[in-house]
Amino acid sequence: MVLRIKSFAQGQPLSALSADTSICGGRGLSEFAVELRDVTKVFGEVVAVDHVSMGIRQGEFFAMLGPSGCGKTTSLRMIAGFERPTSGEVYIDGKPMGSTPPFRRDVNTVFQSYALFPHMTVEQNVGFGLEMKGVPRAEINRRVKEALELVRLPQMAKRYPRQMSGGQQQRVALARALVNRPKVLLLDEPLGALDAKLRKEMQIELKALQREVGITFVFVTHDQEEALSMSDRIAVFSKGKVLQIGTPLEIYERPNCRFVADFIGETNFIEGKVKQIDGEFAVLESDGRCFVGRAGEGLRVGAQASLSVRPEKAQLVEQPMNSANCYEVRVHSVAYVGSDTRVIVMLGDQHFDIWEQNSLSTLDPNYFFGPGERAWLVFRPENALILAE
Amino acid sequence: MIQALREHPALRLVALMTPGAFWLAVFFLIPLGIMGVISFMSRDAQGFPAPPYTLSNYQNIIRDIRFAPSLSLEGGLSIRLFEGLYLDLFWRSIWISLVSTLITLVIAFPVALFMAQLPRRYRNLALFAVMIPFWTNFLVRTYALQFMLRGNGPINTLLRSLNLEPIELLFTPTAVLIGLVYGNLPFMILPLYTSLEKFDWTMIEAAHDLGANTWSAFTRVMLPLVSPGLVAGSILTFVPSIGSYITVDLMGGGRTNLIGYSIAQQFSASVNWPFGSALSLVMMIIVTIAAVIYFRSSRGGSRAVI
Repeated sequence: MVLRIKSFAQGQPLSALSADTSICGGRGLSEFAVELRDVTKVFGEVVAVDHVSMGIRQGEFFAMLGPSGCGKTTSLRMIAGFERPTSGEVYIDGKPMGSTPPFRRDVNTVFQSYALFPHMTVEQNVGFGLEMKGVPRAEINRRVKEALELVRLPQMAKRYPRQMSGGQQQRVALARALVNRPKVLLLDEPLGALDAKLRKEMQIELKALQREVGITFVFVTHDQEEALSMSDRIAVFSKGKVLQIGTPLEIYERPNCRFVADFIGETNFIEGKVKQIDGEFAVLESDGRCFVGRAGEGLRVGAQASLSVRPEKAQLVEQPMNSANCYEVRVHSVAYVGSDTRVIVMLGDQHFDIWEQNSLSTLDPNYFFGPGERAWLVFRPENALILAE
Repeated sequence: MIQALREHPALRLVALMTPGAFWLAVFFLIPLGIMGVISFMSRDAQGFPAPPYTLSNYQNIIRDIRFAPSLSLEGGLSIRLFEGLYLDLFWRSIWISLVSTLITLVIAFPVALFMAQLPRRYRNLALFAVMIPFWTNFLVRTYALQFMLRGNGPINTLLRSLNLEPIELLFTPTAVLIGLVYGNLPFMILPLYTSLEKFDWTMIEAAHDLGANTWSAFTRVMLPLVSPGLVAGSILTFVPSIGSYITVDLMGGGRTNLIGYSIAQQFSASVNWPFGSALSLVMMIIVTIAAVIYFRSSRGGSRAVI
């Protein structure tokens, strides 16, 4: 059995992390294309959005990410003007929106169902917004043509939506919104109805399109991979609250709570008590073992906390190593998935996932650990995070 | 045999069509043909249809049409180029039916809209409420309506108690209109409701999002998308109005003569079946042409939905 111990070289350029992981607000108005200040929305008994504050910067690709029912779509609808906040205020380009109806807001929406008008051709659909604004016919024709070229559908102008595929309809919906040159483009799970392959293509295309037009995009999704790969910044929603706002790197590498760590990507949790806090690092005691990791916010000695270690940031070795966070484990199962080998080990009575990248091309089955084997789990303190409960 | 039906779509089509086709042939097409024949016959001594065959029934309808341009402000602006006894009758029937269809539509649309937006469990209750009047005989309901509009009926009693002048309603064209709208309302509400219930409200949000105000969203997006219900309801209202007899008789009291009433007169009091048949066929042709024009003009909207 060959062991592969990954280099412990610093994997992440920590300097790339900006200092601003906190919730934005209260600064110069023009900085934000959209700002929510202490916005709450109540439907009957249900608090859909609970005191949310956030600022979306000009020209930013901003994702609102969370499981269904977390308040992300309601927040988007309040920006669009389809819902009015129960309390708090939405600002668009520094102006409070109050009860401004959707048709007087300088934002456009790409709906999850696309909501193309079935009785209009593609060019009529795309030209509708300009027509409503009273733009002269000749200019409408020119801009519709440009918009359809932008989404690479110039030959489809005379078609009806039902004669097009889902991906094409999606582009028409994009063109119909972008042709109005809104201050902000709101996208409600726009890729949700597409199949996996098309989805990947559209992710890249959408991102490129946003750079090209330079319009602020606010993107609602429940797909964390989509949010990570496309966004400049992400707001993670849960139960009507915004838990964390940050760049994809910050959200993934420095989640500020257990929910974010759990929702974004995969992670292993080890629960225990905080034994010691020493500057940037802390020690967690669990089941007689001591784990060292980065100290999260609000950690107190003696309090319950969880250690979070991403599966790709831990290694399995054959021999014990003289380092922090090295524990004997038993291999439970091994799954070869091509790019990675995913090993589940038992740490005491707890499952622990380890993903090893298959950086070596081999046909030797002994290269991998086998179920039932004894091994040692190691991870660097820098790669673990201790989060307050 | 079932197996054969399953395997041959053409055979299946024939099998499914036969009962309906048979029924329509025996009770609709053959009588219609007989009427067509009668319309070219003369009358015998008792007034019943008999040879010789003639065109005179049709000639009688158009005989007195003459060019007589006129402009009248009486009862709304009307510009006329021709006049003639039966031409006027047809024209008045079409006009009253159009007005009644329009009023029915204006009343029915908000009702259907309201019903379509009710929580699902209340919708069937609302549908039930719309259909309750069908449980009572139409004649009885029309008599009840007559009672409402009478000189000393509830409406005028109310007006008098408010120290207002009583109004003469019964046996006026207005009474006929009220009767037609009342009778046809469910036939407008039901198809409209069916269309509105399927309506995707995201369309309205999309229209607003693109800068359409409430009126534009309604006229440019909602109306075209519910046009199948609009067309169906309008035809179900317009066609029976033109041929209506009971309502015209009881509400108009014989003073407002519409084509359906005239035809009935030819078959009963006047005992002139050939002329009545000719009037019926001319009316049928006019209504068919009107319906085709109407379907054509609204096809753009309905095509997208059907």
